[in-house]
Amino acid sequence: MASLRPKSPNMQNYRPQLTSVMSFGHRLSGATLAVGVFGLSTWLVSAAVGPSAFETVQAIVFSVPGRSLMFLATLVFFYHLCNGIRHLIWDNVQAFSLPSIYIGGWIVLGTSLALTLGLWIWVLA
Amino acid sequence: MGAGMTAPRGTPAAARGLGAAGHGTGHWLAQRASALALVPLTLWFVAALANDAATDLASLSAWLTSPINAILMILLLIAAFHHAALGLRVMAEDYVHSRARFAIIALIQLVCFGGAVAGIVATLLIAIDS
Repeated sequence: MASLRPKSPNMQNYRPQLTSVMSFGHRLSGATLAVGVFGLSTWLVSAAVGPSAFETVQAIVFSVPGRSLMFLATLVFFYHLCNGIRHLIWDNVQAFSLPSIYIGGWIVLGTSLALTLGLWIWVLA
Repeated sequence: MGAGMTAPRGTPAAARGLGAAGHGTGHWLAQRASALALVPLTLWFVAALANDAATDLASLSAWLTSPINAILMILLLIAAFHHAALGLRVMAEDYVHSRARFAIIALIQLVCFGGAVAGIVATLLIAIDS
């Protein structure tokens, strides 16, 4: 019954904009990181269980798919961190004009990419 | 209101029982408070991992033997799982329109609580055992 009523906003009618894409990206990265914290707990539990359990988890983390996931996880983490700080600034009704929102969006994208690359340069160097 | 009459739309009686009334502020504040806590805690954790704190079991055990590291790890787990539970709940509220919504929200709370407890107990065991 409720499903027959029109729902808003009808996302398929909108051209993607930096604001809407980053807003959805914040949710998507948040959901991804929520899965990540379960991975963190699993990793800690495996270390508490014993060496063989820990070796199994470490082998997955350091496999090629595991390393790719770790790289993506850091990108997702830095994006959610930077955009989260942007949200905290907005909560104080700062940087809330349309130009500021766009400038902030590009700063967040640039900073999260730079932090991700910087971290991996630090790790691998 | 007399017997046989239904509440008109837009009255408090029509809205009662259909959603949060007065609980939203607490949720909002808890999300921001956990977010603020996670800024230094996650950066500390990522920096520690990048600094080879846990390349193998011996180094992870040695790292968590330090009370400061164990405490920060537990604080990170509490803040992260709390923040995750709050965020996932909003997604369920926004996207699940069926009767499964209540069950899904309850499941989110339980699973996040379980994940936090598992991580905290594991941290304590590693810290004490080594």
